[in-house]
Amino acid sequence: MHPAPSLILFTTLSGLGFGLLAFLCLGLPDARGLTAVLWFGAGFALAGGGLLASTAHLGNPQRAWRAFTQWQTSWLSREAWLSVMALAAAGGVALGRVFFDLPMTGLGPVATGLALATVASTAMIYAQLKTVPRWNHWTTPALFLSMALAGGALLAGQMTVAPVLLLLAGAVQLLAWRTGDGRFAARGHGLASATRLEGGRVRSFAPPHTGSNYLLREMVHQVGRRHARKLRSLALIFGFLAPALLCLTAHPLALVLAVLSHAGGAMAGRWLFFAEAEHVVGLYYGYHEAGAR
Amino acid sequence: MTALPDRVEKKLGLVIDLDTCVGCHACVVACKGWNDQGYGAPLSDQDPYGAAPSGTFLNRVHSYEITPPDAPAQIVHFPKSCLHCDDAPCVTVCPTGASYKRREDGIVLVNESACIGCGLCAWACPYGAREMDADAGVMKKCTLCVDRIYNETLPEEDRQPACVRTCPAGARHFGDLSDPGSEVSQLVAARGGLDLMPEMGTKPVNAYLPPRPKADAAPEFDVLAPFLEPVAEDAGGFLGWLDRTLSKMPG
Ligand code: SF4
Ligand code: SF4
Ligand code: SF4
Repeated sequence: MHPAPSLILFTTLSGLGFGLLAFLCLGLPDARGLTAVLWFGAGFALAGGGLLASTAHLGNPQRAWRAFTQWQTSWLSREAWLSVMALAAAGGVALGRVFFDLPMTGLGPVATGLALATVASTAMIYAQLKTVPRWNHWTTPALFLSMALAGGALLAGQMTVAPVLLLLAGAVQLLAWRTGDGRFAARGHGLASATRLEGGRVRSFAPPHTGSNYLLREMVHQVGRRHARKLRSLALIFGFLAPALLCLTAHPLALVLAVLSHAGGAMAGRWLFFAEAEHVVGLYYGYHEAGAR
Repeated sequence: MTALPDRVEKKLGLVIDLDTCVGCHACVVACKGWNDQGYGAPLSDQDPYGAAPSGTFLNRVHSYEITPPDAPAQIVHFPKSCLHCDDAPCVTVCPTGASYKRREDGIVLVNESACIGCGLCAWACPYGAREMDADAGVMKKCTLCVDRIYNETLPEEDRQPACVRTCPAGARHFGDLSDPGSEVSQLVAARGGLDLMPEMGTKPVNAYLPPRPKADAAPEFDVLAPFLEPVAEDAGGFLGWLDRTLSKMPG
């Protein structure tokens, strides 16, 4: 799939933002007054900024309100609802903490639940697609949730639990890569099932057009295997291992470095999430077939 | 509404004969022509006369090569448009209700004035049957020429999809695939019509008739070969000298 910068930004930033809000709403850290303004401000900026970045992907963003109508069937619609409800509930918690010095123990856990549900619904938009076998698996929501929890703990300065969550997220990422690599072929997708032609070796002889088209630009992206291996190592080191180690030093500057390293690694991982995902439509154009180009 | 109808009254669709399609792309042109002038946003082109032309099409013709182990390779032309699936994943993913499947005839359509252009439906379609129009920012797909097939201002013989009407080889057939007695259903039964990517569970309505086996094909025969035989094998004189000299020259 085409690794669109707007989608990479949206999914990583909003994941971090909702992760941070999930911790803040539980009183971790127990911020009140002006400090609460800063903590919650950061959470809303990341989550809201991510949502805004996602509208850059739309052809007609002025009609985005319509995306709230189909929550019964569409994960994208559910995500729209959940994100607004999570932001509203977190806003309520923030108001109580900033202005009334209240811990908001009633609304807090509800807001945390909604924030995590938002992240899960984002993941389900990808995980539901049978057409992209690499995503169509429980590891996709597991990855998005564990990343949001790890990033959120780090941003919320939870230095004891953050390293554990970071290593857990790293393990889920490894598992997602391991199990995802062979899934396309294992599900039996190939030019034979795409065309149902038989009687010999089938190959794409000529595409339908001399130039490119929307399908190829949007859904067929080839990453060199060596390039991908390098990026995977970088994503693991900067996204999970380095920040986990930096947390252990418990130095304030180390925390800043850990956050930056994690965000960079997470973006590299998210780039790979899109770029390495093979869509079955590529088969019709001669891609993704075992042994094909 | 992006919930699929619990049942459809008809399953209108196409049956495409891979044995007779000659790969002329007439259906591609007819489809683009018809769908540029009525229903919804016209199918835009980008850089049409430049170095990297690109555009929106609802129907495209691929070409595949089959190489049997013991016979010459064979080319199969492969037209592909929306298959109007029974279990259409493109419909249920749509967040706005713009994508829908009609109960009365099973046609899958996009309400362009509700589409936000998120592209998720194109991701959900296994067949590459949906293309986002780069100009209008809305999703385009085959409408089964819904503005022709019921159009009483057209002469009777024109009330079928533009691609079907135009195909010079008769490789595209239109009809109701839910009626076992219909011409299209009988074609599917007689020729062993196939679903594309059955493992996706989309239950396509359109069916493909596989190429007939070429077991009884005549051996390869070149009609021009006898006329290209050398006329005089032992030419003498000037022509003979010229022939010998030319054959001696390198290259
Ligand atoms: S072919 Fe693609 S666009 Fe058409 S109904 Fe099936 S899934 Fe939807
Ligand atoms: S691109 Fe339009 S029709 Fe397709 S899912 Fe998005 S809103 Fe629905
Ligand atoms: S039925 Fe109409 S819209 Fe669909 S491919 Fe044929 S000409 Fe195009």
